[in-house]
Amino acid sequence: MTAGVLRAAGVTVSLGGTPVLHEVDLAVHPGELVTLAGPNGAGKSTLLSALAGDVPLTAGDVTLDGAPVGSTHATALARRRAVLLQHQGLAFGFRVRHVVEMGRSPWHRTPQADRDDEVVDRAMLLCDVDAFAERVFPTLSGGEQARASFARVLAQETPVLLLDEPTAALDIRHQEALLGVARDVARAGAAVVVVLHDLSLAAAYADRICLLSGGRVAADGPPEQVLTPARLSAVYEHPVSVTRVEGSLVVVPVRAPAGVSAEEDACVS
Amino acid sequence: MTLADPLTVAGRDSASRPTLRTGRVAARVGLLGGLGLALAVAVVLAAGHGQLDVPPAEVVGSLLHRVGLDLGPLPSHPQGETTLWQVRFPRVVMAALAGAALATAGALMQGVFGNPLAEPGVVGVSSGAALAAATVIVTGWTFAGTWTVALAAFVGGLVTTLLVYTTARDGGRTEVVTLVLTGVALNAMTSAGLAFLMFAGDQQAREEIVFWTLGSLNGSRWEYVAVSGPLAVAGLAAALLMARRLDLLALGDRAARHVGVDVERLRLRVIVVVAVLTAAAVAFSGIIAFVGLVVPHLVRLLAGPGHRILVPASALGGAVLLVLADLWARTAVAYADLPLGMLTALVGGPFFFWLIRRARSSAGGWA
Repeated sequence: MTAGVLRAAGVTVSLGGTPVLHEVDLAVHPGELVTLAGPNGAGKSTLLSALAGDVPLTAGDVTLDGAPVGSTHATALARRRAVLLQHQGLAFGFRVRHVVEMGRSPWHRTPQADRDDEVVDRAMLLCDVDAFAERVFPTLSGGEQARASFARVLAQETPVLLLDEPTAALDIRHQEALLGVARDVARAGAAVVVVLHDLSLAAAYADRICLLSGGRVAADGPPEQVLTPARLSAVYEHPVSVTRVEGSLVVVPVRAPAGVSAEEDACVS
Repeated sequence: MTLADPLTVAGRDSASRPTLRTGRVAARVGLLGGLGLALAVAVVLAAGHGQLDVPPAEVVGSLLHRVGLDLGPLPSHPQGETTLWQVRFPRVVMAALAGAALATAGALMQGVFGNPLAEPGVVGVSSGAALAAATVIVTGWTFAGTWTVALAAFVGGLVTTLLVYTTARDGGRTEVVTLVLTGVALNAMTSAGLAFLMFAGDQQAREEIVFWTLGSLNGSRWEYVAVSGPLAVAGLAAALLMARRLDLLALGDRAARHVGVDVERLRLRVIVVVAVLTAAAVAFSGIIAFVGLVVPHLVRLLAGPGHRILVPASALGGAVLLVLADLWARTAVAYADLPLGMLTALVGGPFFFWLIRRARSSAGGWA
């Protein structure tokens, strides 16, 4: 893997006439795991799409090692960055191994293709999907599909990884395992961007958290600096407390006693 | 799951993988070889049967003598050789070409729409091609000689495929209902067009249009093969070259782009190839529906959805199916040539019903 620097500068995106991102700046460097967090509709997935080169930008630009992603050829881009989408669909009943092998397609007819089997085997083992390599993908559970898709993304062996809520369908063990693998990939020199809703999980694995609110960057920095009760309460419009349990940051919503709604509680305090 | 030692990974799988791989390769070779053999048998059988029966050994003998090998017996009947080479072989070859072209076009359309219900006949591409061809016949245009009809069928097929693509596709997805309804609308429009041509045309044009809508290989000539053959072969070759990337389209448009597929360009190329293949089949034989639906589906059941096996196996399977269906069409009733399109629809219709029921009962159906 060679170094990949992913940079968004002044990115503004409108979807169907509605502005979703406003002048967002973000740089992700090799060796870093950056989490995109924020409330629903804050623009996390849109920012990830913009970083992937999927959506046209109204203003600003996204560059990967200095080259704009929007005008890079699909194959060249696929050798530089891999993307895990929130929803994995598959039109036909391919077997899991075949799906993971699809991640190797950007390397078709290159010297790297010699390592296809080795890379695929390793990716499947890392994602704990080797046991159902011969099963048909659409028959897997949502979490198993997410892991198989993550294996496909790993098999692509790119210096930049973009993951949109990879842990949404996973149990605790596989959440930790997946983010552990993502962090190891970052330690090995990749730039990794992960959209996460679970702020405690983000605090545990992210080097930096980019907190989005209303399509703008509300904060960008190490978890300890970004995850403050005051900032989170303002961004999420709900009282949030941040504590430390056995040395790791834990973010929990302040819950009103039964019978009193959270909003009322917020007004009182 | 922790970061595994690569050595143990390699050690663990080196034992199981080769057998698995060789097993798969053997299965592929077996399927394609079996289908190839079935096609050879079907061709010999179909060429020998008819109002004048030629035994299979004499059919093979006649073939071998033509390629310069003095092996096997020649047809014993005085008219045998002429019947074989002027009537039977062009017809059997046309059947094989049309079957291969239609089944491949079906497999391609299903791949590009990510939807196993897409088929040139069902979504109206065949009738669009037939309408354009019928227009040329009625108006009597011959701007490109024997190629005129094929060229018109190609343009008609291309226009209708593009129309289906732009109307049935929304946000990178093709809903089953939208696709089928688009087909209903298109088939209604092309039927109206054909009805108008029948109304406007003379007696001879009317007969020819009826021939289009029923679909038949009656009266196939080597001149037709000379036009359809290159189109079908070119389309098949292009389909084989695109097979690997078609697999990736199953991931959905965005994910396919993320693994390096130029989705829009691939899709446009596939649509052109589908139009070429449909034209090759429809130009001289009219509408033969459901071949593109039934054959790829059966191949998927046998060999899985990978297009590198699906495309060639569908081509061979489609050829076998139409050669046998055409044999049945001309021998089922003595001295009568049943319309081939009627027979394939008779079998394909119930199959379509079964597909829809199966889709409803399986979780979520098709997206």
